[in-house]
Amino acid sequence: MSGLNTLTIADARDKLRSKEISAVELTEACNAAVAGGDALNAYSVKTPDMALEQAKAADERLGQGEAPDLCGIPLGIKDLFCTKGVESQAASNILAGFKPEYESTVTTKLWESGAVMLGKLNMDEFAMGSSNETSAYGAAVNPWRRQGSDAALTPGGSSGGSAAAVSGDLCLAATGTDTGGSIRQPAAFTGIVGVKPTYGRVSRWGIIAFASSLDQAGPMTKTVRDSAIFLNAIAGHDAKDSTSADLAVPDFEAALTGDIRGKKIGIPKEYRLDGMPAEIEKLWNDGADMLRDAGAEIVDVSLPHTKYALPAYYVLAPAEASSNLARYDGVRYGHRAKLQKGEGIHEMYARTRAEGFGPEVQRRIMIGAYVLSAGFYDAYYRRAQRVRTLIKKDFEDVYASGVDAILTPATPSAAFGLGEMADADPVKMYLNDVFTVTVNLAGLPGVSVPTGLDSQGLPLGLQLIGKPWEEADMLNTAYALEQSAGFVSKADKWW
Amino acid sequence: MSIDKDTARKVAHLARIEVPEDQLDALAGELNGILGFMEQLNEVDVDGVEPMTSVTPMRLKRRTDVVTDGSQQDKILANAPDAREGFFAVPKVVE
Repeated sequence: MSGLNTLTIADARDKLRSKEISAVELTEACNAAVAGGDALNAYSVKTPDMALEQAKAADERLGQGEAPDLCGIPLGIKDLFCTKGVESQAASNILAGFKPEYESTVTTKLWESGAVMLGKLNMDEFAMGSSNETSAYGAAVNPWRRQGSDAALTPGGSSGGSAAAVSGDLCLAATGTDTGGSIRQPAAFTGIVGVKPTYGRVSRWGIIAFASSLDQAGPMTKTVRDSAIFLNAIAGHDAKDSTSADLAVPDFEAALTGDIRGKKIGIPKEYRLDGMPAEIEKLWNDGADMLRDAGAEIVDVSLPHTKYALPAYYVLAPAEASSNLARYDGVRYGHRAKLQKGEGIHEMYARTRAEGFGPEVQRRIMIGAYVLSAGFYDAYYRRAQRVRTLIKKDFEDVYASGVDAILTPATPSAAFGLGEMADADPVKMYLNDVFTVTVNLAGLPGVSVPTGLDSQGLPLGLQLIGKPWEEADMLNTAYALEQSAGFVSKADKWW
Repeated sequence: MSIDKDTARKVAHLARIEVPEDQLDALAGELNGILGFMEQLNEVDVDGVEPMTSVTPMRLKRRTDVVTDGSQQDKILANAPDAREGFFAVPKVVE
């Protein structure tokens, strides 16, 4: 059978349960797609044999009946997740050859649900980037191309490999992580759905840390329903992550009724940026119309501190990163620099880190070290923490006024060309996160839904921002948006 | 606030990243660009605003103070660039 790799999780689940297909057949189709997809550079490690073993076990379990939703579903795993015995490098040379002796909580839950691992997925180094170009493996490539052009485009970042793999049908779904937009921006660039859950909804244990107060793992899938199924499997309290929330997890899929009558959807005026492309503006207005037609009430809202979210983020995230990445010192794992005669441990630390970290990671570690250093801590770090409080309060005020969710564009543009930003100021790349980063600072759930194509035939996405712990309601609104938009386009296969 | 070459050298040292002397000027320039972007935060009135330390109000859970893990020396050393006799090995630290 061919084309099984193009199935959604929901369809594959039904076919597996009805015995129309087997997990082994499904996995073989995906393994073949992965093997034929090298031009996308989505996978850093392929694990076809492990996948087949897991698929056989899944078939047995399916044969016994009552298998979980993800039983037999082939997935890709972002390289940031520690997977036992399989290279987990955060796309960095400093973790060259690192094979964890343990499994992250998210992937443990996935394997316990019977899911199948096809391999590890490319990403920006330590999840620092918006184009996948900071990866030690080289950039992943977007399956989408501009009409009449064969220029390689970015799949976005940092979860670029995940986005390229899901969009190009090199897996049914993938894990991503999102610190400032790293699930939602690549999802929008590749025409798929990406969910950043509420901070604390999904355990961070075993996920290589970037900025611990902002990092959150989530699903990247072909449909909203698939994200709901995926989130059901990975959400929940974990004693190994002290910031994971001990709250009941609802059935996210069961919440997908598509009925959003009476829901109040906020449109934040501060997101209407100067110089916003007309296409993005139209996409946004169309999205609001779709939700209105589905029975929601559209209201204007204000999030006055929006403008300060990016600068606050670029103080706080590097500060946390400089602390988290201090552990890469050439002692316990990964790369260690060779020393000259007479050199000692201090040279070992500094040279190991100079050789192992790429330029963007080095830049962020140094910015972090600076804003945390004596004399500058109050001026930068504490001030940014205060601004973060104000940004969160903006959202609290809007939700307190009765708004159920907020609709914004997911990105300020469609996917750009690989290399196009190479000479740009680092700050210009940071602007990719302008619509998504507020959500991380406020700890809220967000989802990116593909709703249209630009004039060059590239996908564009809208973002819905939910209330804390209200992913179910947010996903139901996303489902209604998805139904109205009817986005079914796929990239023409060129790889 | 602006970063000069000496500050760049100091920041690189704080970060324990070896930066060749001839690249310090470029580094200072880059860091200044990013810090300039952050200067916008000075426009915000933060008087009386608490710095955020936890994005979701939560009390850390307590657990019984007992050993729950351990005896995994081999696993802990498995990825070390240099491990000998059950220890991580590093260049001589004390003369």
